[in-house]
Amino acid sequence: MKKAEKILADHKLVKTPTGIQGFDEITDGGLPAGRPTLVCGGAGCGKTLFGMEFLVRGATQFNEPGVFMSFEETIDELIKNVSSLGFDLEELVRNKKMVLEHVHVERSEIEETGEYDLEALFIRLGYAIDSTGAKRVVLDTIESLFAGLPNQLILRAELRRLFRWLKEKGVTAIITGERGNETLTRQGLEEYVSDCVIMLDHRVTEQNSTRRLRVVKYRGSIHGTNEYPFLINEDGFSILPVTSLGLNHTVSNERISSGIPALDKMLEGKGFYRGSTVLISGTAGVGKTSIAAHFAVAACKRGERVLYFCFEESPNQLKRNMRSIGIDLEPWVQKGLLQFQATRPTFYGLEMHLAVTHQAVNDFKPKVVILDPINTFVVGDKEFEVKTMLMRIVDFLKMNQITALFTSLTASGSAPEHSDTSISSLIDTWLLLRDIELNGERNRGMYVLKSRGMANSNQIREFVLTNHGVELREVYIGSSGVLTGSARIAHEALENAEVLTRKQDIERKKREIERKRKTLEAKIISLYADFDSEEAEALKMIQTEQDTIKRHEQDKVEMAESRNPETEIKQTNYKRNFKNPIL
Amino acid sequence: MKAKKENSDVKIKKEKSAKDAWVLRLYVAGQTPRALAAFTNLKKICEEQLNGKYSIEVIDLMENPQLANEFQIVALPTLIRKLPVPVRKIIGDLSDTERVLLGLDLKEVN
Repeated sequence: MKKAEKILADHKLVKTPTGIQGFDEITDGGLPAGRPTLVCGGAGCGKTLFGMEFLVRGATQFNEPGVFMSFEETIDELIKNVSSLGFDLEELVRNKKMVLEHVHVERSEIEETGEYDLEALFIRLGYAIDSTGAKRVVLDTIESLFAGLPNQLILRAELRRLFRWLKEKGVTAIITGERGNETLTRQGLEEYVSDCVIMLDHRVTEQNSTRRLRVVKYRGSIHGTNEYPFLINEDGFSILPVTSLGLNHTVSNERISSGIPALDKMLEGKGFYRGSTVLISGTAGVGKTSIAAHFAVAACKRGERVLYFCFEESPNQLKRNMRSIGIDLEPWVQKGLLQFQATRPTFYGLEMHLAVTHQAVNDFKPKVVILDPINTFVVGDKEFEVKTMLMRIVDFLKMNQITALFTSLTASGSAPEHSDTSISSLIDTWLLLRDIELNGERNRGMYVLKSRGMANSNQIREFVLTNHGVELREVYIGSSGVLTGSARIAHEALENAEVLTRKQDIERKKREIERKRKTLEAKIISLYADFDSEEAEALKMIQTEQDTIKRHEQDKVEMAESRNPETEIKQTNYKRNFKNPIL
Repeated sequence: MKAKKENSDVKIKKEKSAKDAWVLRLYVAGQTPRALAAFTNLKKICEEQLNGKYSIEVIDLMENPQLANEFQIVALPTLIRKLPVPVRKIIGDLSDTERVLLGLDLKEVN
């Protein structure tokens, strides 16, 4: 195993980075260095541009001069055509970074008289390479020679020699070829150039055209085998190697507010995780966009950039509508924190949308991305493709720690979860908005269907759009189901009245008790008074009685004394017995 | 179609070729057998057809590669008829005399 790795390391194919966005990622480093690569595809799929960007990037980024040998366009045409992409070929030529060579063979001007070879082509190419020290060569499109030169046998032999010669020269070459009916190229160039074959494609499905790139073959190297969508815009090529992304993104424990305090409360009081994917689904007009707008504003207030893709409304309409519920998005747009990207879903194919999303995210570098709504992509039976695309978007955003919020419209009548099942597994936090029809009213309810990694509330909240934004209210669950809207308000009033009555009852009872207590106390006091007077009287009587007894005893003692002293003990006992009951 | 065009060319040529000398240029790359054969063949044809009113310039692209661009030389050897105008281009070792004559407008197509 180790030995194999060592061999691999020693003989690893050297690659030439193209500098084309995304391409080097797919091919694990670029084109095979010092070898020719065939780029084939139909008309208008970007072959020339691919070659040209390879040279321009080489000259400007990797300091590798290049030779562009055009068999079709003249030098002036080339310069003009690529200037729209910001490539200044004239300057590169002036600085000896690039040689543009136009080879033109007109069959009607040529008379064939015996044996010949294409040595002059070699000499011209060799001279161009040597004069600038070029490391990169593009031959676009060498197949034109087949139209100009009648003798195919000679031509094929010479082409074989040319490609071998290019290898000997050690230049990394791109040979473009028009796609044939059965073969990759019309003249079977793939027979000669077999190290690396790249196919460009420009396909139209359901009126949407998408450019795609595929690495058909890459000898001695691993490469992505899928078809990758690509864009040609003012920055040149942009290829999206999105499916190569793995599930190894870092996760954040940071929580960010949804912009609606009551909603945060439903999510442990903290809101969403940063970098998570939030889906808001619901039927028409339940306020999905309003929640999205709240979230956008909350992010902007934190100083984070927000990229808002609206697929159904124009930014101006959205701004106006949001103003009606008291959310002003305009200041954030002006501050440069909020950017809108408005396109019709049908404007491009899915891959193109993906590419555009990618591009916009890379350019703007937002912290929050909102896609409103996503289900408009589903046209016909493309659910699987849509899922794949969304998965790519989700993966891409997660890789970049971008919090994504999608809205999705569910058809009323179907189960609210249904149409989103295809993407539900991609979603971390799923808020479901639904309308609740009751008592001739249609009200909005919201609940958290799922929220990964947090203890979310299981409550349904009534969702009210006020002129100062979204509010969530508790709903009542009674015997007739969930109460919302005026039913809820009526119920609230009823309950308030009940509370009031109960309060009054308690007050009254309290007062009654108090009164009773007072009566009792008064009674006690009067009883005490009665008692006191009775007691006083009794005491007085007792005193009198005692006095009388005392006097009697005194009298007795005196009388006894006057007779004999033996009676003294009897007298004391009597005294004690009499006193005790009183004290 | 092609024959018709050449016919009209021939008429112009005949008027001009009377007074103007022929200026021919032969592009080769080194002294290869094919280059030598082409030169020999050309010399022979000129001697036979042009009565000395011609000049042949041989350009060796090995020595002057930058000269290949002027007349869009791709194949070698290539013979260019600079004068009389229009410029004609003949590729190959000029062994097919019939075709060379045709290419130089020295022979009408039957």
